[in-house]
Amino acid sequence: MPMKSSGSVKRSIAVFRKDIKCELRTRYAINAILMFAVVTVFAVSWAIGGVGLTEVLQASLLWIVIYFSCLAGLSQSFVKEEESKTALALRLYSPAEAVLGGKLIFNLVLLVVLNIITVPLFGIFVGLNISNFWLFFTMILIGTVGIVGATTIVAAIISKTSVKGALFAVISFPMILPLLIMAISGTKKALIPGLGFAEARMEIQVLISYLVVMTVLGFLLFDTVWND
Amino acid sequence: MDSKLILDGLAKSYPGRPVFTGINAEVGCGKRLVITGPNGSGKSTLMKVICGFIRPTRGRVILNVNNQKLNRLEIRPHIGLVSPDLVLYDELTAIENLLFFAGVSGLYFSARELENRLDLVGLGGRGSDFAGSYSSGMKQRLKYCLALLRDPELLLLDEPSANLDEPGKALVDEIIRSRRGITVIATNERAELEYADEIVRLG
Repeated sequence: MPMKSSGSVKRSIAVFRKDIKCELRTRYAINAILMFAVVTVFAVSWAIGGVGLTEVLQASLLWIVIYFSCLAGLSQSFVKEEESKTALALRLYSPAEAVLGGKLIFNLVLLVVLNIITVPLFGIFVGLNISNFWLFFTMILIGTVGIVGATTIVAAIISKTSVKGALFAVISFPMILPLLIMAISGTKKALIPGLGFAEARMEIQVLISYLVVMTVLGFLLFDTVWND
Repeated sequence: MDSKLILDGLAKSYPGRPVFTGINAEVGCGKRLVITGPNGSGKSTLMKVICGFIRPTRGRVILNVNNQKLNRLEIRPHIGLVSPDLVLYDELTAIENLLFFAGVSGLYFSARELENRLDLVGLGGRGSDFAGSYSSGMKQRLKYCLALLRDPELLLLDEPSANLDEPGKALVDEIIRSRRGITVIATNERAELEYADEIVRLG
C-alpha cells in the first residue's frame, strides 16, 4: 500500500531532484550556459587586451557575462518540459507551487555552478581587484538569487510561446534592470579599497527587497501561468 | 468512494472554428462513458477539458466525490490519464518516472512495490530501463501503470489500445472491466464502443 507523504517542500525537492537527474543525463542547460559564459569571458578578455579596467567597468562586465549566460540557459527548465511534452503529466500530477519551487532550486543550483566557474575565470582573464571579499561574495549571492527569482517565472510564461528565446530576453531585461544596476553598484564598492558593507547597505537592502518581491510575486502568479 | 461525473452543456470553440457544442452526459461510479467521432471531431480536446487542461467556451465539468463538488483544478488529483498527449521522461527509468510522479502526488512507494506494479502491466524486469528506450507499446503500458498508481476516481483513456499488441489489448480490457470508479474512453475502435454505459458522439 502506498504511504501518504505531504508538504510542498518535499514535492518541490522531488521536482528539483528529477530536474537535476535529467540535466546530468542530457546536459541540456548547463552546456548552453557554460559555453556562453566561457566564450564571453574570453571575448571580453581579448577585447580589452590587457588594459586595466576601472572598478565600475569590471563590475559591469562581470554582471553582463552572468546575465547573458542566464539568458542562454535559465529558460530551459520550463522550455524543455513544453518541448518534450512532459508538461502535461507534470500539470496532472504535481501541484503548481511544487513545480515552481523545484524549478527555482534547480535554476539557483545551475547559476551557482555557473558563478563558481565564471567568476574565477573572469578574475584571471579580465581582472578583478577584490578589496572586500565578503561584500563581493554577498553581492554575487544576492544578485544570483534575485536573477533566479525573476527569470524563473518569466521562463514559465514564455515556455508556451513560439518565439521563446527572444521573448525571454525581451521580458526579463526590464525586470532584471533594477537588480543589475544595484548589483553592479554593490560589486563596484566591493572592488574599491576602503569601502565595506556600511557603504553598500542601500544596494543590499534594495537587492533583498527585490528578490523577496519577485519570489513572492512568482508564487502568486505561477498558478495562473502554469494552469491556463 | 461514491463519485459522479457530469458534463453540463460543454462547448469549445477556437476563433472562427467551433470544435464541439452542447455536450451533456452523466456517469456514476463503476460506469463507462465512451466518446466517439471522426478524426478532428474534438475527442482529445473534450478529454483535456474534462482534465481541466483546457477551459470550455461554455458549460462546466463537475466531478462529485463523496457528495463534494470539485472544481477544475481540484479534479486533477482524482484523475488517471492514458493519452498520446501524455509523455513521460525519456531520461528517467520506468521506476524513476513512477517514483517521481508518485512523489509529487504526495504518495510514497518502495521500488519493490513499483516493480510489482510494472509486472502487472507486463513490464516486469524492465523497470531499470530508460523510458526513452521503450517501444511505443511499452510506453503505453507504462502510462497505464502510472494512471492506476493513485487508484483514481476518474480514469480517462484516449485511444486506450493504441500501439498495443493482443496481450496488451487484453490487459486494457481487464483494466476497464475491473474498474470500480468512472472510466471515460475516447475511441474510434468499434470493439471499444461496447464498453459504453453512456455514449457521446462528436462531429
